[in-house]
Amino acid sequence: MTTPPSEASDNAGAIPPLLEVSHLVMDFGGLRALDGASLSVEQGTITGLIGPNGAGKTTLFNVVAGYYEPRAGRVYLNGNDITGLPPHRIFARGLCRTFQIPREHASMSVLENLMLVPRGQAGERFFTSLLRPGRVGAQEAALRQHAEEVLAFLDLSHLANEYARNLSGGQKKLLELARTLMADPKLVLLDEPGAGVNPTLMGRLKENIARLNRERGITFLIIEHDMDLVMSLCNPVIVMSEGRYLMEGPPEAVRHDPQVLEAYLGGQYAAAEG
Amino acid sequence: MSQVIFLKGLMLGVALAFILPILLPPGRRWRVPGGIVLGLGLGLGIAALVPSGYLSYFIGFMTMASIYAILSLGLNTQWGYTGHLNFGVAGFFAVGAFTSALFTIEAPTGLAAQYTQVLFGLKMPFVVGVMAAAVVSGAVAFLVAVPVLRLRLDFLAIATIGVAEIIRLIFQNERWLANGPQPLRGIPQPGRCLFETRHCEWVPDSLAWIIEPLSTRDYTAFYLMIVAGCLALVYVVLERACRSPWGRMLRAVRDEETSAAMSGKNVPFARVQAFVVGAVIMGIAGALYAHYTVAIDYSHFHALFATFLVWIMLMLGGSGNHRGAIVGAILVWGVWAGTAFLANALEPLLAAIHQDLPGRAQYIRWLLVSLLLAAVVLFRPKGLLPEEMRVSRYVPDPKRR
Repeated sequence: MTTPPSEASDNAGAIPPLLEVSHLVMDFGGLRALDGASLSVEQGTITGLIGPNGAGKTTLFNVVAGYYEPRAGRVYLNGNDITGLPPHRIFARGLCRTFQIPREHASMSVLENLMLVPRGQAGERFFTSLLRPGRVGAQEAALRQHAEEVLAFLDLSHLANEYARNLSGGQKKLLELARTLMADPKLVLLDEPGAGVNPTLMGRLKENIARLNRERGITFLIIEHDMDLVMSLCNPVIVMSEGRYLMEGPPEAVRHDPQVLEAYLGGQYAAAEG
Repeated sequence: MSQVIFLKGLMLGVALAFILPILLPPGRRWRVPGGIVLGLGLGLGIAALVPSGYLSYFIGFMTMASIYAILSLGLNTQWGYTGHLNFGVAGFFAVGAFTSALFTIEAPTGLAAQYTQVLFGLKMPFVVGVMAAAVVSGAVAFLVAVPVLRLRLDFLAIATIGVAEIIRLIFQNERWLANGPQPLRGIPQPGRCLFETRHCEWVPDSLAWIIEPLSTRDYTAFYLMIVAGCLALVYVVLERACRSPWGRMLRAVRDEETSAAMSGKNVPFARVQAFVVGAVIMGIAGALYAHYTVAIDYSHFHALFATFLVWIMLMLGGSGNHRGAIVGAILVWGVWAGTAFLANALEPLLAAIHQDLPGRAQYIRWLLVSLLLAAVVLFRPKGLLPEEMRVSRYVPDPKRR
């Protein structure tokens, strides 16, 4: 019933996909969360990932980002196999993810939440921090400037010195996005960026994602249940169901596809809608 | 002021000059010079005004408080910054103490060897002993960390308390290692030779006249200077290392491990580093303790004294705050030492109630310290000096804009 996305070899000469996931299998006890999921994300796109609850979308993110090691299958980033690498190594290759429920570092300021992110910080080594304060200080000044720019970009500057735990749900979502910006990523996986965000903030979030994609060429893969956001932002949209790839296509096509309706609503309703 | 009192006051003053700048509020320019002047003045003042018996008591009190403060700083790196619920402080304290002892004592020969068995006695200088204590304690921590740090919170607490008990029982039962259940005696004290024979290898004889008027029992003030100096050094090292991206990484791991991993931090490595650094500091505290008490045995390293008292200190002072860790250590040690007098004073009263009670009066101390812990957790859960929002000292302080 499913057609896996075309392999790179099929359309020789084209740019290989930025992210390619092939036949991932992931079990939690008796539950098979991913059952041979395969999909690919092309460079420069904002790709949507939708599917009913339990389709395995977040599990797929967790496997891709290195949080879980899959039982079978491979993950390729830019053509390189990253399956089973620890999260920090995958991060170093330019992949960044956010969480469905924001996971901010609650006891630190928003500013330091962001300054934490960039890699290659000399001061993260014990002895460098101890013995080379000049070097660490210079790097910290640069990091702070970068963080302040990102905060300004997302219109969060007024919160720089606030405890991250004091932010509203929507602001935390923006903080998650800001964190990814600090990483200078190639690919960002956003897990429900719109959930629990008020319409105004949602508009800004959407605008920011589109702008980052346009201006900085960052590729996004977005899990989202809010169809408005998906329809207006994402192209293509990939649909997952029961741990597998179901189909993909432009948002309008996906919206009216009987297979998708069936996956979401069950067979009898799909027939009625159609 | 007699020469003796002046010299004792000077030594006490130097020790206080190491400690007071730490306790004064940070971020002010007069902090260090002010603390030094205040410390010297206070030392001389106390020596001049306080009878010599009380003065020795105060010196002993400050020595133990400083050693506990170092332990508390070590725990602060593990718990305050990284969230390791380490209930095995006593283990690393013991490793440090015995290591430094073995490195500095002279291996017994002849008849003495029948009574004192040691794995080795290297007769190295004090400084080497302390460094060896730091290294060995760190190495033990690393070996322990690899399996144990897979655990979190209460599971980690149980595992570490087990490790500490294993270490203590090894020192209790393995006679060949460090004289088994018998105390390991004769741990040399740095600079004591100067007070006993007026001659030390590393001090030119031309300088020995300075301490000429002092007698052997005044040595404690000299040792306090060393301990206080170590405390100041550990504080400066931690303040630099932790109030930096390194400390920020640790705190990020503590707050939200998954998120730290997704921000590209090597979480397992960060956790091991913090554990080892904390254990190194605890090892140093152990070494300072061994050279202070001269004779050590396994019973000194019970969890009550060497783990839970340290925890109360850190909780009271403020986890995540180096100054808090030190303030807490001094206050709790004050309560602990103070309650000894209270327990003695209560003995007649207890005797009136039941003849068995006076013998148990000392347990009142634990009762009071436990009440203190309960009060801290209920009324001041973040401690007297709570953790600051700012981690890296290179970031401007949000409170002072």
